[in-house]
Amino acid sequence: MNKVVKNVEEALKGIEDGMTLMVGGFGLCGIPENSIAELVKKGTKNLTCISNNAGVDDFGLGLLLQGKQIKKMVASYVGENAEFERQMLSGELEVDLIPQGSLAERCRAGGAGIPAFYTPTGYGTEVAEGKEVRVYNGKPHILEEALTADFAIVKAWKGDTEGNLIYKETARNFNPMMAMAGKITIAEVEELVPAGELDPNFIHTPGIFVQRIFQGEKFEKRIEQRTTRKRD
Amino acid sequence: MALDKNGIAKRIAQELRDGWYVNLGIGIPTLVANYIPEGIEVEFQSENGILGMGPFPFEGEENADLINAGKQTITVKKGAVFFDSATSFAMIRGQHVQLTVLGAMEVSQNGDIASWKIPGKMVKGMGGAMDLVASAENIIVAMMHTNKAGESKILKECTLPLTGVGCVKKIVTDLAILEVKDGKFHLIERAPGVSVEEIVAKTEGDLVVPDFVPEMQLD
Repeated sequence: MNKVVKNVEEALKGIEDGMTLMVGGFGLCGIPENSIAELVKKGTKNLTCISNNAGVDDFGLGLLLQGKQIKKMVASYVGENAEFERQMLSGELEVDLIPQGSLAERCRAGGAGIPAFYTPTGYGTEVAEGKEVRVYNGKPHILEEALTADFAIVKAWKGDTEGNLIYKETARNFNPMMAMAGKITIAEVEELVPAGELDPNFIHTPGIFVQRIFQGEKFEKRIEQRTTRKRD
Repeated sequence: MALDKNGIAKRIAQELRDGWYVNLGIGIPTLVANYIPEGIEVEFQSENGILGMGPFPFEGEENADLINAGKQTITVKKGAVFFDSATSFAMIRGQHVQLTVLGAMEVSQNGDIASWKIPGKMVKGMGGAMDLVASAENIIVAMMHTNKAGESKILKECTLPLTGVGCVKKIVTDLAILEVKDGKFHLIERAPGVSVEEIVAKTEGDLVVPDFVPEMQLD
């Protein structure tokens, strides 16, 4: 099945004000840069964004925050973004902070048809407020519900026309689970190849989870914390 | 003399054992990787999806697709592997990681830890810390004994929102090593040249002090 759309405008068709989006990436690593830029251009508002982080002030989801396009942010860590902190503390932005492992599993569960699961993470903390508790193996666990989204937007290294995806290094992170959990999943890839060119043994996300795929025009791949060591 | 951050990392590194998979948090814990004792092999896991983390890259060899959980550019060792975030936390929650080292703003004598939020002032989020402390059997907290105002961070009860309850068993600070047992802190070692009196004065929680408190051996 050919999933290829010709460009980012076509890929993002149907994303409307008030929708819930999952956006892949960890920090600025493995984020769908081209789609985020297009969302800024489209000016879509009142979005609920589910993403591990919220970008930095001038890149990633930070660009959507600057334009006040996000109504609610669901994330695990937002420490890199001053504008985010300002909007949250002033109450302009609704925020749901979720432990990283629970966020990943809730996305996975959403894509896997599991409505909820018990986890020890967050028991006895704010995260557990209002959630059912059950003891397994002598230890309290809380009930966490699955997450899904109107659209999931992920970024992969290579993809084929069938929507099969391969990620590069740590740019995989949340992308595979979010690809599973989107009602419509959009994949932007660095390199789009004909079906048959990717070795089926090494595909990370099977194309069944992907509805639209396109090759991104350019990838800046900004580095958040450039850290190096001296040569001896 | 109180230890600096590197001193704390050096002492924690002595707790590493051959064959362990280890998750190091952001800040002081990251430094532990610089002091792996000779003759042992450990693998570092970073929760963004890597096992077998190597040192930072040489200048000019940074790769935007290859970072650790602190978003720093890194390299990989031979035999390294990448995986998605759900698999990463399966390793953590499923107790396949033998040691977790992380920082904290406060710890309490029943083993509670607070590290992610100061209401009304600072909210960075918990990241993977709640998952790590909820499941790890073996957690070492690396922290300064007091805050910048000189107030103890080793408390009877945490005042900040919690990251986990009853999970901390060992704390290495700039002044001492403490164990958490039976609802009290127990003084195990003191930093070179630091007196028991100073540690007692800077510990707000209940502290059990044995007759003899050995000095840390750092070299």
